Amino acid sequence: MEIDPFIFRLSIFILSIFIGYYVVWSVTPSLHTPLMSVTNAISSVIIVGAIIAGLAGNSDGDFTISNILGLLAISLAAVNIFGGFLVTQRMLQMYKKKKKDK
Amino acid sequence: MSVNLSAIFYLISGVLFILALRGLSSPETSRQGNFLGIVGMIIAITVTFLSIGSFSSGLIYVLIFLLIGGLIGAYIAYKIPMTAMPELVAGFHSLVGLSAVLVAISAFLNPEAFNLGSSGSIKLASLIEMSIGAAVGAVTFSGSIIAFLKLQGIMSGSPITFRGQHLINALLLISIVILTYLLCITQSSNFFWILLAVSFLIGFLLIIPIGGADMPVVISMLNSYSGWAAAGIGFTLENSALIITGALVGSSGAILSYIMCKGMNRSFFNVILGGFGAVTQSASTGNKEHKPVKSGNAEDAAFLMKNASSVIIVPGYGMAVAQAQHALREMVDTLKKNDIKVTYAIHPVAGRMPGHMNVLLAEANVPYDEVFELEEINNDFANADVAFVIGANDVTNPAAKNDPQSPIYGMPVLDVEKCKSVLFVKRSLSAGYAGIDNELFYKENTLMLFADAKKMTEDITKNL
Repeated sequence: MEIDPFIFRLSIFILSIFIGYYVVWSVTPSLHTPLMSVTNAISSVIIVGAIIAGLAGNSDGDFTISNILGLLAISLAAVNIFGGFLVTQRMLQMYKKKKKDK
Repeated sequence: MSVNLSAIFYLISGVLFILALRGLSSPETSRQGNFLGIVGMIIAITVTFLSIGSFSSGLIYVLIFLLIGGLIGAYIAYKIPMTAMPELVAGFHSLVGLSAVLVAISAFLNPEAFNLGSSGSIKLASLIEMSIGAAVGAVTFSGSIIAFLKLQGIMSGSPITFRGQHLINALLLISIVILTYLLCITQSSNFFWILLAVSFLIGFLLIIPIGGADMPVVISMLNSYSGWAAAGIGFTLENSALIITGALVGSSGAILSYIMCKGMNRSFFNVILGGFGAVTQSASTGNKEHKPVKSGNAEDAAFLMKNASSVIIVPGYGMAVAQAQHALREMVDTLKKNDIKVTYAIHPVAGRMPGHMNVLLAEANVPYDEVFELEEINNDFANADVAFVIGANDVTNPAAKNDPQSPIYGMPVLDVEKCKSVLFVKRSLSAGYAGIDNELFYKENTLMLFADAKKMTEDITKNL
């Protein structure tokens, strides 16, 4: 008997929770705000679902409601991806060490 | 592109996201981490385009919508002031939630496109995963909107409670399970819509009873939810990048909520059930006016600090409100010129989100190796001459250590009272969010500086 592919996805999911647990505990508390903004950005990888939804089965400019919802989701996720990564970048650039010559 | 090949690329982008979070373990590696995250995202999006293959004219619309969203996001990222970061993060969470909902609806209406069966006979597992993704997404969306409105000050930050609140929430949660069950056996879209509506309502009801200062927990919790929503959709779409990311973000948010709760010595449920500030405020507004308070001006403060050899700065939410971080840094620069040792002490729940104070200090060019967490610095107060408390209150309250009756008893606090003298920059004697009086205000070695934090700091600098 073959194993249901769902079980494999569930394994990935459970193991990733554990990876997340250990990785996040090692994040320094002073970077917790960038951590939130970057997790925000990466969770917007949901855009892959939105792209599929936006393009699904449409033949030349003939959009279904499903397509339109997909397109809207693309925009929302894109706001998050660009906004999230850029604002994280902006924050991280501000974290500087003491200058040695002082 | 074959399904297997694209699955491998999704896995790679998932790994890159893990490395992005890993980079945040130190400020030096963090920028590189963020870059890896961006690469992961580019891979995921490119692979999705390639796997669809047939480039109909719909593609141009996808790109246009992507561009519109991207431009808005980039504009916001460059314009947003650092003090508004909590609002921004709450707003971003709501977008993740809403896009999860939209993708779920889209998959429900057009299951063929996602290989989930056909309309009216969607695969059972997919239907359950879809319902979970949509429900959690909807809760994230409406909850984050309320959090955003509270942080932005559009909605009052004080908790809104009413009779039977918990009962209603419990019933709604049970109804979600029942609706999912009904949806699965009947495949009727009506149940799907009701499920969504109830989930939106839960998110709304869950956040309105929570007070402004509990926002660090709420934001972390919504962060976690946005991850679980993404994971739910990831199962529906059988996409490993989404599953990995969802799990990472979900556990990240959960850990942050835990850290924040621990910083307040409250259980997660205690925070979520809400109403903290409202209950205690009425109990404490009685007998505090008659005690003598020593108040001073900028000159006194400057004199004290000039004669100190070490100063510890304790910033709080009041510093963020007054935007005093730059003025503070200038004051510290002047102190350092006089060979006075200055460090910063940050309480885990200072501000409105995890790490809020650290970002503001970094913005003001304070080197991060002068900024310490509670456990790292708490022993140093006994050896310091001056503690300069700017916009913080409850996190310094000794009642947490010596008054078992106090609502904040047991909460870890900064031992500022051990300093030779304590300077409190505050606008008035009013209580903090917990609604309790701070006995520190009436101590012999405490000097109250009643003024706006920014103005007072500037005046002190002039007097140094």
